[in-house]
Amino acid sequence: MLEVSAITQVFGGVTALDDVSFCAAKGAITGVIGPNGAGKTTLFNIITGIYRQTSGRVTLEGKDISGLPPERLARRGLVRTFQNIELFGGMSVLENVMVGLHTKSSSGVLSCALKMPWSIAEERRIRTEAMKWLEFTAIADLADVTAGNLPFGKGRLLEIARALAVGPAIILMDEPAAGLNSRETLALARLIQAIREMGITVVLVEHDMELVMDICDRIVVLNLGKKLAEGTPREIQENPEVIAAYLGEG
Amino acid sequence: MKRELLKFLAFSALVLLAPLLFKGGYLMNVLVFVGINTMLAIGLNLLLGYAGQISLGHAGFFGLGAYLSGILTASYGLDPWLVMPLAAIAVGCLAFLIGFPILKLRGHYLAMATLGLGIIIYIVFNETVELTGGPSGLSGIPNLSIGATTFDTDIRNYYLIWTFTLVIVLLAVNLTNSRVGRALKAIHDSEVAARVMGVNARLLKVQVFALSAVISSLAGSLYAHTMTFVSPASFGFNFSIELLTMVVIGGLGSIYGSFLGAALLTLLPELLRGAQDYDIVIYGALLMAMVMFMPGGLVRGVPELVRKVTRMKGRPDHA
Repeated sequence: MLEVSAITQVFGGVTALDDVSFCAAKGAITGVIGPNGAGKTTLFNIITGIYRQTSGRVTLEGKDISGLPPERLARRGLVRTFQNIELFGGMSVLENVMVGLHTKSSSGVLSCALKMPWSIAEERRIRTEAMKWLEFTAIADLADVTAGNLPFGKGRLLEIARALAVGPAIILMDEPAAGLNSRETLALARLIQAIREMGITVVLVEHDMELVMDICDRIVVLNLGKKLAEGTPREIQENPEVIAAYLGEG
Repeated sequence: MKRELLKFLAFSALVLLAPLLFKGGYLMNVLVFVGINTMLAIGLNLLLGYAGQISLGHAGFFGLGAYLSGILTASYGLDPWLVMPLAAIAVGCLAFLIGFPILKLRGHYLAMATLGLGIIIYIVFNETVELTGGPSGLSGIPNLSIGATTFDTDIRNYYLIWTFTLVIVLLAVNLTNSRVGRALKAIHDSEVAARVMGVNARLLKVQVFALSAVISSLAGSLYAHTMTFVSPASFGFNFSIELLTMVVIGGLGSIYGSFLGAALLTLLPELLRGAQDYDIVIYGALLMAMVMFMPGGLVRGVPELVRKVTRMKGRPDHA
């Protein structure tokens, strides 16, 4: 379980997040929604160790992970994807996923340069496992393509494959449906559900309401840096405050 | 992987057979420098072409290796073969320690910091006269020798230097096609994504900085024993820039590109000697043209040029 408690983030004089708390239950899909500027991405950046919060705590399975850098979080099983996909553009699709297996391998500079037998064996294992994740996300046929040349939708899938390769307990997705057409969004919804089926906790920030209402078990609504509401999709849809915030009333 | 091995074997054969073509002579001496510069360019390319971190101070590490070997063997009479690895380790440790604060910087700021580092090292060579001989240099550095064979001729030095160069080429090719090489390229393409994947970008950058300093130091030791004389002028800012040019002209992120860049920039001034006073102008113009028309470096530009030319030839005439 991911628990965010009393997170406040101040940038200069601006309070981007004000005392935000919520829980993402283990094995569930939790959606974080809100109008532009609500603080969703800031919240994500804090949870994933990109920013350091002004105050508040983040815990994963009861252990404090506040302020840990992303590379340490990856080893704790927390991984994320980005709104403007961050691929390793100069590398092949397969190699991108192989980087995802970095923490599951250990050959250092010396044994790699000397091509020690165990490094060769490890390399082979990484390649096979990376291929498996490409098959899972249905982009195995693109394995040798340079990642920078991928169409946007495939790039999204690659980013998810790469994140899954890390072997996460929880995956945070920042607007995974942004820039996807309706067919791709539908496939994405199925993929996210399949990820949950594997026992991986999913937290997503999303603008596509249909997707959020369709697949999320619980939804957290942010507005102007504060938590406005939390509940099941049905509760959120019927919440007058949420409706007001979205229609821009008040 | 098989292809990498074949490429390396072909390259080794070329290196072994090259002296037969030139039959000793002046050019052999230049080819020795091609070997040394190839090592240096590979070292810098690991940092710049793979990890995407710039250094304008690499001549300093090259100089440190050269002076450590020179001073400890010429003035203190230590065994050159013992000093060489010790110097490399010392320079590597120094780079590791400096790397931690310095590699926090990015882009222009990192360029400035490494530039400063190179200048400081250069000043130390000039000012510690009792150790280094100051601006007039340090002479009397012994040649390397194995058993009864002393490496004191161009042809012997050629094989000595290129043995080291080939080993470094092989290790660098292995490294760049491995888990570590991928992590370096990942940092280059998107540092934040690399970190999210669990790559300790901070540490890895420092490690590759140290590794490239170790390679530079090794090249420096070999340089000192080949030349038997070193002076600060060889390790100044100009040479750092020349190294950078080799890496870029040859091809960022390509080990064999580093060889091409080193070969071109070492041979070109010799080939242009006939042009006398105009050599520097032609040299500059050629470099500009190459950067403009082969932005991927020689290693990518030349094959493309060949493809274009053969396609033109293959096209039927419109007569």
